[in-house]
Amino acid sequence: MHQLLPYLLTSLLVVGLATPLLEKKLKYRTGVFLSVIPLSFFLYFLWVFTSLGKTESLIIPPIMELVRGGGLSVRLDGLSVLFGLMVSGIGVLVLFYASAYMRKYPRQGYFFMLLTFFMGAMLGMVLTNNLIALFIFWELTSVFSFLLIGFDNHLEKARKAALQGFLITAFGGLCLLFGVLLIGDIAGTYEISELLNKGELITSHTRYPLIFLFLVLAVFTKSAQFPFHFWLPGAMNAPTPVSAYLHSATMVNAGVFLLLRVNPFIGDTLLWDSVLPLFGSITMFTGALLAFGEKDLKRILAFTTISALGIMVLLAGIDTTKSIKAALVFFVVHGLYKGALFMIAGLIDKTTGTRDIDRLGQLWKPLGLVSFAALLSFFSMAGLPPMLGFIGKELIYGAKMQAAYFSNIILVFGILSNMLMVGISFYVFYQVFWPYRRVKKKVAIDGHYARSFLLSFGPVILAAFSLGLGLAPVRIGKYLQNAIYFIRAEEVAVDLGLWHGVNAVLILSIITVGGGILLFIFRKQVAFNVARFNNWLNKFYLPDVFDKVIKNYVKVASRQTDRIQHGYHRYYLITFFVITSLLVVVHLFANSGIAPELQLQPIKSYLLILFIVMAFAAGYAIFSSSRIAAILALGIVGYGIGLVYLFFGAVDLAITQFLVETLVMVIFVLVIYKLPVFAVFSSKASRVRDIFIALLAGGMMGMVVLKSNFFNVETPISDYFINNSLNLAHGKNIVNVILVDFRALDTMGEITVLALAAAGVVALLRLNIKKRENE
Amino acid sequence: MELVLAIFIGLLYACGVYLLLRRSIVKLILGVFVLSNATNLVIFLAGGITRSGISILQDEVVVDKSNITDPLPQALILTAIVIGLGIAAYTLALKYKYYKVTGTDDLDRLKNTDQR
Repeated sequence: MHQLLPYLLTSLLVVGLATPLLEKKLKYRTGVFLSVIPLSFFLYFLWVFTSLGKTESLIIPPIMELVRGGGLSVRLDGLSVLFGLMVSGIGVLVLFYASAYMRKYPRQGYFFMLLTFFMGAMLGMVLTNNLIALFIFWELTSVFSFLLIGFDNHLEKARKAALQGFLITAFGGLCLLFGVLLIGDIAGTYEISELLNKGELITSHTRYPLIFLFLVLAVFTKSAQFPFHFWLPGAMNAPTPVSAYLHSATMVNAGVFLLLRVNPFIGDTLLWDSVLPLFGSITMFTGALLAFGEKDLKRILAFTTISALGIMVLLAGIDTTKSIKAALVFFVVHGLYKGALFMIAGLIDKTTGTRDIDRLGQLWKPLGLVSFAALLSFFSMAGLPPMLGFIGKELIYGAKMQAAYFSNIILVFGILSNMLMVGISFYVFYQVFWPYRRVKKKVAIDGHYARSFLLSFGPVILAAFSLGLGLAPVRIGKYLQNAIYFIRAEEVAVDLGLWHGVNAVLILSIITVGGGILLFIFRKQVAFNVARFNNWLNKFYLPDVFDKVIKNYVKVASRQTDRIQHGYHRYYLITFFVITSLLVVVHLFANSGIAPELQLQPIKSYLLILFIVMAFAAGYAIFSSSRIAAILALGIVGYGIGLVYLFFGAVDLAITQFLVETLVMVIFVLVIYKLPVFAVFSSKASRVRDIFIALLAGGMMGMVVLKSNFFNVETPISDYFINNSLNLAHGKNIVNVILVDFRALDTMGEITVLALAAAGVVALLRLNIKKRENE
Repeated sequence: MELVLAIFIGLLYACGVYLLLRRSIVKLILGVFVLSNATNLVIFLAGGITRSGISILQDEVVVDKSNITDPLPQALILTAIVIGLGIAAYTLALKYKYYKVTGTDDLDRLKNTDQR
C-alpha cells in the first residue's frame, strides 16, 4: 500500500492534465468530482497517522533517481502525515468550495488543473524524504501559485501580484537549492532519514552559517516573513478558493514545514535560536498591527496570516520540545480557522458584492449557519476557549517563556500581538455580523449564494473541527508525539487540554483577552491610527519599491546590452582585432622576444620582386575607387600566391589556386556590375583609425609567422603519410592520396559544403523578396 | 626570406582587416577573400619554408623525406581554397540579393532585421 505512494503522487499529474477534458463533461461539478482524490489521500493519511508508532517512520525508496542521490523517496512520519492531512483535508473542502465559487468563471478546467497540480506539488513536498525532491516540489508550488494568483490574468493587478509573489518565492527557491547542495556536500547524502543523525557534522562545519542563511532566506520568502512579507497581501488578488487554500494550510506554511523538517540537523544553534525568534517576533507583531488598519476582509485576513506565520517561525526558532509542540498545534489551529474565514470572506463577497467591513453589516441572520461558523473561527483566531485556538495560544505562551534569548521581549510582543488578534477578531465580527450594529445603508444580499450548500460546507466543517478538537484535544495530541520525536529526537507524552489550572499562562491569557477587549472598545481610534500609520508606511510601500528595483534592473541591463550589443559590425570587429592583437603581441614578447635566434635564409631576387608586386597590388586594391581595378589587383595577389606555392614545390596547391582565383574573378566580374559603385561611407578620421588597427592586426600576424617558423613542437604526422602513401594507398601523389584516401571523409565534408553553397546561391537568386513600397 | 614572408603576410592581413572594417559590403566580401588567401599562406609556411621537391613519389622504395615538401598542410589548404570559393560565391549571391531588396550597400543599415 505504502509502496504505491510515489506512483499516486505522480499520477496526480495525469489527473491534472485530464481535468480540462473532465470539465467539458462535468461543468462545475468537476471540483466535487476531483475532491475524491484529496479525500482518499486524507483517509489514507488518517490511517497512517493512527497506526504509526510513537517512534516509527516509514521510508519508501524512490522509483528512480532524477539526479545522483536525488529521487522521489517518500517519508511517512508524524510531521509529513500531519501536514499531509491538512493539505489533503482542506484540499477537499477547497475543491467543494471552488466548484461553486468558480461557476461563472471562464477556463474552469484550467483552474482545476492548476489546483490539482498545486495539491500534488504540495503533497510531494511534505511527503518526500529527499532534499532535492523537496526543492523541486518547493519550486513547483511557487510556479503553480504564480499561475493561480494570476488566474484573473486580464487584471493588471493580479498579474503584478502574481509576478511579485513568484519572483520573491522563486528567489527563495534558489536559495533553498544552494542550501540543499551545501548540506549534501557536507553530509554526503540528500536523504532526510540519513541526515537526521548528522546534525553535529553540519552545524559544526565552517560553512554552516551559509547554509543557515540560504535556508532562512528560503523560509522567509515563502512564509512571508518580514521583510519579505509584502507579497502576501498582494496575493489576495487571487480568486478566493486559492487564497483559502494557499494561505491557510499550504503554500505559505511550506516555510514553516521546512524549518521543522531541517530542525534536527540544522537547528539548535546560536544562529537558529536567535535569528528565527527575532524575525518571527517582528513579523508576528507587524502583521497583527497592520491588519487593524485594513478595511478589505481578505486583506485583513492576509495580514493576520502574516502574523500567524511569524508565530510559527518564532516557535520553530525557540526550538524546545514545548515550542515545537506549540508550532504543530498552532499550524492545525491556523489552518482550520484561516481556511474557514477565507471561505466565508469569499462567500460574503459573492453574496453582497463587497468585502469592505465598513459597508458590510448585520449579516448574522442572513448567513445563518455560516455566521455561526464565522463566530467559532473568530473565537479560535482570538484564542478563546473552548476552541482549539485557545489550546494553541496557551501552548505558545508556555513556549515563549522558554525562549533562550530575550524571552521577555518576545513575550511582551507576543502578548501585544495576541491582544491585537483578539481585538481584530471582535472588531471584524462586530462590523460584519453583529445584528444590532447600526448601518447607514444595508447591503443587498443575493440569497442564492447565501444559501449555497457548496459554499458554506467548507467553513462549517472547518469550524466544527476547530470546536471539536478544542473540546477533545486528546484526539490530536496523541499523534503529535511521533512528529515531535523526529524533530526533537525526544520521546514525550503530549497531553493537550483546555484546563491546566490557574498558572502563569492562564493569567497571561486573561490579560490578553482583557487587552483585546479594550482594543475592541477603542476600535475606531485604533483602526484610524493604524490606518494613518499605514498611510505613512505606504511612502515606503514595499511592493512599489520592489517594482522599482525590478524595473531599474531591467533598464540597466538593457542599457548595458545596448552598449555592448550596439549592432555596428565594424566596432565588434575592432574590439575583436585590437584585443586579440594586443594579447598575442604581449604574450609573444613575454615569451623571449619576437625571434630569438633568427637564422635568415637568403631570398631569390625574382621572389622578392614577386612579393613587391603583390604588396603593391594589395595596397592598390584596398584604396582603389574602381571596382574592377580592385578585383583585378586582388587577382594579381591571388595568382602571386599560386606562384609562391609553386616555388615551394606544392604543385597541386598552385593548380587549385590558379583555378579558384580565375573562377572567383569571373564570378566577381559577373556580379560586380549589378552592385553599387564603391561608396565612401566613412570619414577620413575613421579611415585613419582603421589603418592603424589593420596595421596592428597585420603586425601581430607577421610576428606570429616569424615566431612559428622556429617551432616544431611535435614530430609532424606527415611522415606517416609519406611512408604509407605508396604501400597502403598505392598512390604516388601524396597530397591527392591524403585528400581522397586518408582523409576522404574530410573531402566528403568539403564537397558537401560546396554543394550547399551552390544550392544556397541558386536559392538566393531565385528567391523573390518584394521591396517595400514605403521606403 | 623569413622576414620578407612575415612582412608580406602581415601586409595581407592588414589589407584584409582594413577591408573588413569598411561599411561597404562589397569591400567586406573582398576582405574576407584576402584574409582567406593570407591564412592559407600562413598554414602552408607553417610546414617549413625550406624549398624542396614536389610531394610526388618516385618508384623508389626508400623515400628521402628531406626532398619532399610537407604534404599535410597542402592537403589542408587545398580543402580551404575550395571552401573559400564556396564562401565567395555564396556571399556574393547574398550581397546581390540584399542589394536588390534593400537598395543599399551600407552595413550600418543592416543593424535591424526589419526592412527600413
